[in-house]
Amino acid sequence: MLTLLWTDIAVFALVIAGMYGAWASSKKEHLRRPWGQVFESTVGVVSLTVLLVFILVGVLDSVRIQHHDALASGEVSEHAKTLSLLDIVLTPIRTRVEKTYSMPFAHTAYAKEMVADSNGQSQWHYPRLVFAGSHLAYPAVEKTSDIGHKILMGVAVAVLVWLLLILCITGIRGQHPFKQDANGLKACVWTLLAVFLLLGAAANLAPYYHILGTDKVGEDVLYQAIKSIRTGLVIGALTTIVMLPIAISLGLMAGFFRGWVDDVIQYLYTTLSSIPGVLLIAAAILMAQVYMANNPELFTTLEDRADMRLLLLCMILGVTSWTGLCRLLRAETLKIREMDYVIAAQALGVKQLQILKRHVLPNVMHLVMITVVLDFSGLVLAEAVLSYINIGVDPSTYSWGNMINTSRLEMAREPIVWWSLAASFVFMFTLVLAANLFADVVRDAFDPRANN
Amino acid sequence: MINYILRRLLYVLPVLVGVNILTFVLFFVVNTPDDMARMQLGDKHVSQAAVDNWKAQRGYDLPLLWNEEEEGFAKASKTIFFEKSVGLFVFDLGTSDNGRDIIADISQRMWPSLAIAIPSLIFGVLANITFALLLIFYRGSYLEFGGLFICITLMSISGLFYIIAGQYFIGKLLVLTPISGYAPGMDAVKFIILPVLIGIVGGLGSGVRWYRTLFLEEAAKDYVRTAKAKGLSDLQILFKHVLKNALIPILTGIVVILPLLFMGSLITESFFGIPGLGSYTIDAISSQDFAIVRSMVFLGSFLYIIGLLLTDISYTLVDPRVRLD
Repeated sequence: MLTLLWTDIAVFALVIAGMYGAWASSKKEHLRRPWGQVFESTVGVVSLTVLLVFILVGVLDSVRIQHHDALASGEVSEHAKTLSLLDIVLTPIRTRVEKTYSMPFAHTAYAKEMVADSNGQSQWHYPRLVFAGSHLAYPAVEKTSDIGHKILMGVAVAVLVWLLLILCITGIRGQHPFKQDANGLKACVWTLLAVFLLLGAAANLAPYYHILGTDKVGEDVLYQAIKSIRTGLVIGALTTIVMLPIAISLGLMAGFFRGWVDDVIQYLYTTLSSIPGVLLIAAAILMAQVYMANNPELFTTLEDRADMRLLLLCMILGVTSWTGLCRLLRAETLKIREMDYVIAAQALGVKQLQILKRHVLPNVMHLVMITVVLDFSGLVLAEAVLSYINIGVDPSTYSWGNMINTSRLEMAREPIVWWSLAASFVFMFTLVLAANLFADVVRDAFDPRANN
Repeated sequence: MINYILRRLLYVLPVLVGVNILTFVLFFVVNTPDDMARMQLGDKHVSQAAVDNWKAQRGYDLPLLWNEEEEGFAKASKTIFFEKSVGLFVFDLGTSDNGRDIIADISQRMWPSLAIAIPSLIFGVLANITFALLLIFYRGSYLEFGGLFICITLMSISGLFYIIAGQYFIGKLLVLTPISGYAPGMDAVKFIILPVLIGIVGGLGSGVRWYRTLFLEEAAKDYVRTAKAKGLSDLQILFKHVLKNALIPILTGIVVILPLLFMGSLITESFFGIPGLGSYTIDAISSQDFAIVRSMVFLGSFLYIIGLLLTDISYTLVDPRVRLD
């Protein structure tokens, strides 16, 4: 049975809104030209492709199915009463839980233990892991060649799938994607090859080894890192939808109506932006915790609670971050309302709201677009910092911030446990770098000053 | 000028009132003091007597906005809103929930914060300007392209990683500086080197890009072309004209954050165990000390507004074209 959490609904709404936005802007000439510029830029297409891969993972992680069997057999932990499509795809690495830490690609545990050998004598020894490398009889000799073999097989399949994709594209377009004039498509296809190669190798290795090791309770770190993608995306994207309506409506109103409306709105955003953001978030999250502690009947499962907290965090981040865009839009609207076409519309008796909708809004959309992509990466980074101070997502939610938070103590262990930190670093860095590069290209394309 | 400053100062008041009402609603209306007491005392099965006791100790046992039991002005003044919020305006921050004087704590803890924040700001701005000028000087070359890519890369790394990596490599492996801690007086130097260094590196990506756009904007102006036509060398133009004129937005940008330096950096201070205001706030958040968080929210807003005011004034000082009246 399908179940939906609040953030899932928001994710789907966002995907639909994004598709609608793409469809709508493809019909408007003044938006189609800059987007065309984005799709012609190699950096833009490569980063967009990477972002889309991340988004796909996030969407897969938002389709949830109630999992009675899993619950009955005690297979899933208490806080995950539902399984997402992503969980089902990742079943091999989700369910192979070791006892405690293990290195990436290790076949033995992280620390020595008393192990009974075949003669019944106990020895102080690194015990074999339950799952990783258990298919090998003599891991010390066989492991390297086995890993190499598995990578080769995975890569081969990936290349085959990729070639098939090329064939499909060639069939549809009537010419192959490497032709000189299709710069964007070429970049997209090469990026997909890189993604496929990584996926192929990882998919073939993951059932036999813990590619990124395991954490304190033996959970696969790769699984945690992949599950964190959704949290990062939700924070980045959901905050934007909370913030956009406030920023756009207030910004346009302040600039267009001026007078007391302007005064009130200016007062509002000066007040809000004068409160240090972190403190406001901290205060709000503290209050939410008090509320949740006193109303336990509203949040029956841990999953509900964690989800509510994620949603709340997005809302608070949205409330604290609309002021910048609002200020920008107000200034731009002040300029636009003096334009000839707006004065003409007013002289012709067009209603105020109509003017705002038809003449002002379309002319500030580029600012909105630039702000949305620029803010996204900052929000993903902010999540990590907030989770570190314990005012971010719920500790039971998979997130890069929580992974970094726990790995702080692991860095002090001897030998150090570096793989949790490394995994969260690589995943977060890839997403944020792609978002930043994409934001740069979008800004260059939409910023009217950059075109001169 | 004086007139303008006075008017601006008057405008500060309604904003502070707004901040105050917002924090009051957040801290006392969304959750009643009873809720806070139960949360603090831990269990759901706390007796009402314990809750009342907790509230009485901290002065939360008054009505929120209107006290019916008192006479005259005391009807309004013997309330939580008046005692806890209005006091903030005269910087009577009161005592924290565990009974310490907040003002005394703050005046003691702001020095370590400043010891980190001021060198970070000065050296950070110098480093940013230097690299930005380099990028401008080598405009259009592979050096610029590479530099910009490094900037984006640096921007894409979470600040937490800089701290963890810095502590691990410089503090633990090379043992050049202590990993964390603080000592008063001159001994503080060895403790603040690492946080300052990490602060500079962490801000380099976005900082260099920001200063570069400022310089680029300046370099696109007509007087630069004129200077070039007159035969000035690129270096001369860069330092004598572009840098000098771009200093106006740079300076005013710095002035905004000057007052906020007191607040310290939450993350840096708590990672390095520096007893400044940042770690004070973090501790208050994690021990759920509402009185301290409320005071810090108020103080932060106040300093931010002062920063805005100073910015406007500094405009008139560095840019003769701007007149405030």
